[in-house]
Amino acid sequence: MENEAGALSRVAGLFSARGYNIMSLTVAPTEDPTLSRMTLVTVGSDSVVEQITKQLNKLIDVVKVLDLSDGDHIECELMLVKVSALGKNRKEIKATTDIFCGRIVDTTDTSYIIELTGTCSKLDAFIDAMGHSTILETVRTGASGIGRGERALEVK
Amino acid sequence: MSAEDLTGAEITIRCLQEEGVKHIFGYPGGAVLFIYDELFKQDKVKHILVRHEQAAIHAADGYARSSKKPGVALVTSGPGVTNAITGIATAYMDSIPMVIISGQVPTHAIGLDAFQEVDTVGITRPCVKHNFLVKDITELAATIKKAFYICSTGRPGPVLVDIPKDISAEKFKFSYPASVSMRSYDPINKDHPEQLKKAIRLIMGSKRPMVYTGGGVILGNATSQLTRFVQMLDFPCTNTLMGLGGYPATDKQFVGMLGMHGTYEANMAMQNCDVLIAVGARFDDRVIGNPKHFSNKDRKIIHIDIDPSSISKRVSVDVPIIGGVSNVLDGLIKLLMASKEKPKQEALKSWWAQIDQWRARDCLKYDRKSTIIKPQMVIEKLYEVTKGEAFITSDVGQHQMWAAQFYKFDKPKRWINSGGLGTMGFGLPSAMGVQIANPKNVVACVTGEASIQMCIQELSTCKQYNLPLKIINLNNRYMGMVRQWQEFFHGNRYAESYVDALPDFVKLAESYGHVGIKIENPNDIEDALKEAFKLKDKLVFMDFITDQTENVFPMIPGGKGLSEMILI
Repeated sequence: MENEAGALSRVAGLFSARGYNIMSLTVAPTEDPTLSRMTLVTVGSDSVVEQITKQLNKLIDVVKVLDLSDGDHIECELMLVKVSALGKNRKEIKATTDIFCGRIVDTTDTSYIIELTGTCSKLDAFIDAMGHSTILETVRTGASGIGRGERALEVK
Repeated sequence: MSAEDLTGAEITIRCLQEEGVKHIFGYPGGAVLFIYDELFKQDKVKHILVRHEQAAIHAADGYARSSKKPGVALVTSGPGVTNAITGIATAYMDSIPMVIISGQVPTHAIGLDAFQEVDTVGITRPCVKHNFLVKDITELAATIKKAFYICSTGRPGPVLVDIPKDISAEKFKFSYPASVSMRSYDPINKDHPEQLKKAIRLIMGSKRPMVYTGGGVILGNATSQLTRFVQMLDFPCTNTLMGLGGYPATDKQFVGMLGMHGTYEANMAMQNCDVLIAVGARFDDRVIGNPKHFSNKDRKIIHIDIDPSSISKRVSVDVPIIGGVSNVLDGLIKLLMASKEKPKQEALKSWWAQIDQWRARDCLKYDRKSTIIKPQMVIEKLYEVTKGEAFITSDVGQHQMWAAQFYKFDKPKRWINSGGLGTMGFGLPSAMGVQIANPKNVVACVTGEASIQMCIQELSTCKQYNLPLKIINLNNRYMGMVRQWQEFFHGNRYAESYVDALPDFVKLAESYGHVGIKIENPNDIEDALKEAFKLKDKLVFMDFITDQTENVFPMIPGGKGLSEMILI
């Protein structure tokens, strides 16, 4: 979409006005600074998703809409988790983090901050593995997605 | 033209002139003072001063609906804008092309809770096709150009341009772009030859066809194509409330309006048809009632609409055709002319026989011998006295439905009402816009004593600009439609729907400098109307004291299906 002030709120406003769900939303400028790219995760029946696509297309600031789940795609989310890390737990947390290919990016005597990227379900699984009692704080970016292969979402 | 440095206010007015804007409706205030100053210095764009910003938008709306030009309104920041919101939402729901220019506090004061500051772009976002906040003088002219382009192309709608006060004072060279190109907005019609062929196949195979048309036909200036299409096929045709005038109401193939207060024959034909051709209509809840009930019957649907999001929104469609309705109908007519086939004539004959049986039910009958004025009779007489030629605006409620049922519109853009949002208070100000766009035509506003009081202050505007409107006030001392629902569905408990302490409308009209007439006897209706319409240069307020208990029939109760009408 156009990298204009207010473009994001047009999208967010559309979802709340029409009663659609936003599971997550990420947005940032692209290699072309006049354009922003947004990845939005939503749920709904086929007809609801069709309506969402059409309604988004109607927004003047929206240049192009693509349903990534129509084809093969890659999605990725970044999560930072602050966990309580004490005694023998510290080793265990490190081991679990390694299994998930995460990194410990900050440490104190009693805590770690772990950085983890991957699909939303992988991040969910990590949270489960860690256990809610260990986790002090999480922050997730929401998924970013891109289609596989040569086909690209281009703007002429 | 060589570029010259102009202030933002001058640029704004020059843009309006470049767009050929002749009239602008508005109300001044602090944030738009520079713009008003420039308006004052020129005479190409005439400003109409209303008495409340809501009326400015409704007037611009009526202007647009009754002409082929977008309406233009000018309001100040803060309360100027918030007063305008009802009007903007009304125009948005009915897809009316309009440009609203609003003043804003200076850019350096935005976000600081300045005097008369409101987040205009935020507050109007859900009820405009698009809006802009101009933060840079260099973009002002191009933004106004875009606003006119966006509002009138594709599915039309209101577009707002918010101009901070310092921008209207700042200087920049003026050049008005000749054209607009936007990578994110391309309303150009594409042809769909395959879809047209599919539609023709369905049409040829139909046994019980039906043409159902809406406001898109009026907005898309497609009435002549529609009439030709329907008459080539000898199919029955119904119009929605927004679509009245799209097909001539006096033609024998017209089965009346459909929907919640549509005719028995239109609703029954709609429910029982096997091929439905929907043109510029959106299957909304007031038209088809319960979509599940509607889908219980097996039928194929061809849906022509300029807005892809209207397709398969409430009802799933077999042959969608996205495009301007006049283009698509032209395409279909061409194919029909080239085709050797004709729809099944025998089946069509028996379908018409069935429709005539439904027609014989005479669903719009009412007591013509009543000694109390029946509102339906007022509209019938209004139709006769104006020979069906008047522009009729209406407010919202029972009177609106009776006007839609009993005034037979043969031409488009003659029936002006708030169909989508259902805005009481729309009738009088929109009539002002209609009269200004059509100074030589007769304009009547059909209203009720509740609706008219929502924008009654505009009687003053009418005086200032000598607008000789004829106001038909169907005065039943109730919010009639609310009372009707309370009678049918709330055990006759008329909670707050009785309007006590009404003004003497005759004296009220006179105090504004107009003529007022009160009519209480059915025998006086015709003479009173004739007398009023003879006063060609006067606004006449006709206060008809009507039957308090009259209801609008047929009626489909909320949530029910098309064939579940309450009939008289």
